[in-house]
Amino acid sequence: MGILEIKGVSKRFGGLKALDDVNISIAENSVHAIIGPNGAGKSTLLNVLVGKLVPDAGSVTFENQSLLGRKPYEINQLGVARVFQTPEIFGDLSVFENMLVPLFAHRDGTFRMHAYETIAAERDIVAAAEAMLDEVNMLEKRDMHAASLSRGDKRRLEMAMCLSQEPKLLLLDEPTAGMARADTNNTIDLLKQIRDKRDITMAIIEHDMHVVFSLAERVTVMAQGTPLVEDAPERIKGNPKVQEAYLGGHG
Amino acid sequence: MLGLSRKDTSFLLIVIFLTLATPLLLQPFPEDSALAQFNAGYPDLMQRFAIFGIFAIGFNILFGLTGYLSFGHAAFLGVGSYSAVWMFKLLTMNVIPALILAVIVSGLFALLIGYVSLRRSGIYFSILTLAFAQMMFALAYSVLTPITGGETGLQLSLNDPRILGVSQTPEGNIPVPHLFGLEMRDSVQWAVGGWEFTFNAGYYFCAVIAILVFYLSMRIFRSPFGMMLRAVKTNQTRMNYTGLNPRPYTLAAFVISGMYAGLAGGLMAAMDPLAGAERMQWTASGEVVLMTILGGAGTLMGPVLGAGFIKYFENIFSKINDNVLHAWFAFLPDGLEDVVVAIIHPFVGKGWHLTLGILFMLVVIFLPGGLVEGYRRLTRAFRRTPRPDPRRDPEHHPGPVPHVGE
Ligand SMILES: Nc1ncnc2c1ncn2[C@@H]1O[C@H](COP(=O)(O)OP(=O)(O)OP(=O)(O)O)[C@@H](O)[C@H]1O
Ligand SMILES: [Mg+2]
Repeated sequence: MGILEIKGVSKRFGGLKALDDVNISIAENSVHAIIGPNGAGKSTLLNVLVGKLVPDAGSVTFENQSLLGRKPYEINQLGVARVFQTPEIFGDLSVFENMLVPLFAHRDGTFRMHAYETIAAERDIVAAAEAMLDEVNMLEKRDMHAASLSRGDKRRLEMAMCLSQEPKLLLLDEPTAGMARADTNNTIDLLKQIRDKRDITMAIIEHDMHVVFSLAERVTVMAQGTPLVEDAPERIKGNPKVQEAYLGGHG
Repeated sequence: MLGLSRKDTSFLLIVIFLTLATPLLLQPFPEDSALAQFNAGYPDLMQRFAIFGIFAIGFNILFGLTGYLSFGHAAFLGVGSYSAVWMFKLLTMNVIPALILAVIVSGLFALLIGYVSLRRSGIYFSILTLAFAQMMFALAYSVLTPITGGETGLQLSLNDPRILGVSQTPEGNIPVPHLFGLEMRDSVQWAVGGWEFTFNAGYYFCAVIAILVFYLSMRIFRSPFGMMLRAVKTNQTRMNYTGLNPRPYTLAAFVISGMYAGLAGGLMAAMDPLAGAERMQWTASGEVVLMTILGGAGTLMGPVLGAGFIKYFENIFSKINDNVLHAWFAFLPDGLEDVVVAIIHPFVGKGWHLTLGILFMLVVIFLPGGLVEGYRRLTRAFRRTPRPDPRRDPEHHPGPVPHVGE
């Protein structure tokens, strides 16, 4: 059984079936890509996984615990981190503070009133933040205003923030969308490095086939709210059903 | 020292010095000079500086850090005043129990109002807080008259029970608020040359409390909790997906700022033991918003400066009438004198609100960071060595982090 089990999940928006009986199992410590044409329901599925949307039917279990009905912050505390299509970071905070927030959340839970302590006294957390920034080569930018980072650096920072919490499952929604080729390649390298260094499961939603084929071990192709095929990446390319879905989706 | 960085410690020391020296610093003009009316070193006004400074420091913990703009914080000021006066009536004229009750009761009210209002954000949150405050204002005048004294307000009387004190002094007067015997109205006068300085017990009591709560707000600003509050302001989505529940953070900030307001309200009653519903009116809630924005929201010192600035205006500019103006411009030829006075007239005296409004507009447009930003720009302009232009190479010469500070 996989670390994440999606069973019979359906979601309607009015008359539109955005998700229709979706069944996907994601194996532990694998990189699983979910691809599909525009409007296939990929983002909707992701929003169900993180607790932002409640499905009309079906179940989602993570390490044998149901995720349905839980708030996004509760799901995160179970070990699920999410990287957004446009990086979501704390723009008004420094790069360093951006690293501190997830570390405090990881150690202290959803709320703690540490209003009289100083940050400098939290040596373990400060050290962990610096180590993580170093790992993504951003240590020299630690005092920069996060909003002033380049798009690629924002992405790196967001990933570093997620990874600092040692998540078991990392969800990525089009992590390279809108990126230049060089930034895309950087991101691929970063993800490979993450995959190889840690015990982590990744689920990637992606349009860019280059990214999918360089990273994924399994690929699920979705169209019109339903998974069509699930297979290894080499075999997905030649699958006639997939080509039809993409042509249909774009035509 | 005191858990603060070196820079913060010296900053705190400067604030302490300025606060304690206020009776001297605000009295720069000799008594018989033409400028004496710009002196602000009298007890009543100095107390108000300290009290509204406390109110604004607390408001800034909510608004400056989390960005939640409450339009009903004067309600807590009123609650604090009523609680304090009731303590004077029932228990003792010592100000300590009165202040403790003021802080507790306003904290409870803030918990309730915050719990409901914080279910919404942005303009809806502001409107909810405004609605609550107006509701309390209306209740104080109607149903709650037995507790609030309605339109006359809540006052002490000669037959208050006062369990740990006397109902009347031997002379048959109502006793006055005191701190273990030190009466709040006690003052020491000091005349040197043409100057006259007043050191008032009430002011110093307010000042010491103001310094303590300023220090507390410094600690909050620099704490992990303070950082989380700024994270709330910046990106709640990221916060949620980072495993943090923003709601209790905002609620805690709301309650803390409500308690600061209650403390300020309690001090008002300690300086002058009466409480009226007008203290809770929406204009009073708006005033603390103005103070915070004018001084610089999200900075440590801004709200205090804003509070001082507005209270100074309210009390000093409002006193300049046509006679004073004529006296100033008497050196001009008669016709011209009348013209000048006529031009200035709408901006002073009762027109001080107009001047304040214009100043507020200028600050918001040209100095969005408030007076604190003005100060920063000035010091930067006067600095000898120009910094390397950070725009030239943003990747390798990162600019300093805009610090939440000063
Ligand atoms: N909140 C919503 N309300 C109504 N319809 C929605 C909502 N969210 C998504 N949809 C619809 O559901 C369908 C699936 O959308 P979704 O965003 O999941 O697709 P996607 O696979 O992520 O597409 P893309 O590749 O363009 O990101 C689309 O037709 C979309 O218009
Ligand atoms: Mg999408």
